[in-house]
Amino acid sequence: MIEDRVTRKEEQKLAKVVVVTSGKGGVGKTTTSAAFAAGLAVRGYKTVVIDFDVGLRNLDLIMGCERRVVYDLLNVIHGEGSLNQALIKDKRVSNLFILPASQTRDKDALSMEGVGEVISTLQESFDYIICDSPAGIEKGAMTAMYFADEALVVTNPEISSVRDSDRIIGMLASKTRRAEQNLPPVKEHLVITRYDPIRVNKGDMLSADDVHEILAISFLGVVPESKSVLAASNSGIPVTLTDDSDAGEAYFDMVDRFLGQDRPFRFMDVPKRSFLSRLFRTQ
Amino acid sequence: MKFLDFFRSKRPSSASIAKERLQIIVSHERRRPSTPDFLPSLQKDILEVVRKYIQINENQIKLSVDRNGDCEVLELNISLSDPGKK
Repeated sequence: MIEDRVTRKEEQKLAKVVVVTSGKGGVGKTTTSAAFAAGLAVRGYKTVVIDFDVGLRNLDLIMGCERRVVYDLLNVIHGEGSLNQALIKDKRVSNLFILPASQTRDKDALSMEGVGEVISTLQESFDYIICDSPAGIEKGAMTAMYFADEALVVTNPEISSVRDSDRIIGMLASKTRRAEQNLPPVKEHLVITRYDPIRVNKGDMLSADDVHEILAISFLGVVPESKSVLAASNSGIPVTLTDDSDAGEAYFDMVDRFLGQDRPFRFMDVPKRSFLSRLFRTQ
Repeated sequence: MKFLDFFRSKRPSSASIAKERLQIIVSHERRRPSTPDFLPSLQKDILEVVRKYIQINENQIKLSVDRNGDCEVLELNISLSDPGKK
């Protein structure tokens, strides 16, 4: 895969902090975090992805670096290891780093001050900090979102997921650093995963428009329900680093839109093959 | 098209039911948080101010928020009981 080198602006800019959150579990937060972080790194941005799911870490598995974890976020916070010792450099993409969560500690050990210090240190040397939030609305999730500048709200086209996302959107607007310090609000982006246009057409699944209308935040795109997501996680590769994956392409579209480029929305419609085109097909 | 609509209206798709249910529950849950957050502390503060002048106890003061469409009404009720009578 080609790395688009982006001419870095000379001025030292602080990294943008992006939380990947959803409220509900199992909707694809970690898949999205891994895919998005890898996508940003491929586009030439120095990116670190942090796992906030203390006790139930999985980002290391999805990123395929589980055997290289020595120190974790909590070790750094408690001064048992340095940040550089804990950061794992990805072997496929330069520019990409992983900061794993602790697997053994209690999730209350994650202190807001400690996380704040780690993030502000990382902000000096990175372009993007992706925070992979745990499910729920407890301390881990609140800590993951607190320092965010932008948020990817990962939602399945399914009622319980949409409702939980709505609660999370409310919290992004009230319980974050930006809200507390009266700064411009966290910029929220809607990411709809496990989307199946065929079922949407049949009326069995909420459409992207429906979900977008209900949640009323800016729409970043859909990720189609895809076998390649499981295949990628089976082998510990972010789906954006696999070849020929529709989900990977969908994530790249979103990364590019996130970076301010225009990309046509794909994977939202049933692949077209009308009655007439079938009748008069020439090939 | 009319023909299709006829069938659709007869049996609404599960997605449109989901959408309708979501719109109701989400709009209901969105307005809740503003109420309980500040009401107890507002009530406490008002109680303290009133107590500077009149001795009342906590249950003589009632505070509630009502909603009529887009209009919110904060209702404050302080009942002054006769001295000596409880």
